Amino acid sequence: MQYNIRTEGAYSVIELTGDVDLSCSPDARKQILQCLDAGRSLLIDLSAVSYIDSSGVASLVEGYQTAKKKALRFGLVGVSAAAMGVLQLARLDKVFPIHGSVAQCLTADG
Amino acid sequence: MFSLRFRAQPERLGPVRAMVKRASQSFGCTEPLSDKLVIAVNEACMNVIQHAYHGDGTGEMSLLVCTNGTQIIFRLEDQAEPIKLESVQPRDLDEIRPGGLGVHFIREIMDHCQMGHLDQGRGNYLEMRKAIG
Repeated sequence: MQYNIRTEGAYSVIELTGDVDLSCSPDARKQILQCLDAGRSLLIDLSAVSYIDSSGVASLVEGYQTAKKKALRFGLVGVSAAAMGVLQLARLDKVFPIHGSVAQCLTADG
Repeated sequence: MFSLRFRAQPERLGPVRAMVKRASQSFGCTEPLSDKLVIAVNEACMNVIQHAYHGDGTGEMSLLVCTNGTQIIFRLEDQAEPIKLESVQPRDLDEIRPGGLGVHFIREIMDHCQMGHLDQGRGNYLEMRKAIG
């Protein structure tokens, strides 16, 4: 897994690439929580994720819950077919706010 | 038949997934089914790494993939302390919290799962079966 973090409007955007599995999900979790600890709303771009396991999904859930507690916005963008299949299996596709792209999210926010 | 023996370490999961995909396709599973089988077997291996060996990375496990003609069969064995079989349960998905999804994934994807202890307390096994399609 590789990641890239950038700022877009009011959001931090974490772009994850490759396989998000137990070997790297602790790192993904750390980056997610660090962005939220900095007090910024967060979008996670999953468009280049080729695989995600339950430990990666757990990092997303923790981010979602942490953002809620801090009254920050949290969403997933460009979810790849591989990642969507796992979110559907976990029945989380209706729980996470999911946007087609970062631009669509920013436009929706106005 | 495909078999792999490997250290119970997270870094070994990538090669395991590749082997499961290769084996599934060679036994006639469709691409979407192969992808689901990869998810289930990966979760089963994760459970061994995290719960049977408590993440210490010192143990070994083995995976055997074969077919009886109509089903693809995965057998995972470890040499960890025998686990409490009744503790392996899926959780309520209505409860939104991190963790605990692995068993749900496995049961949702596979047609049949059986787990138990190897003879003389020398480890655990999990056998998972899925109709080939």
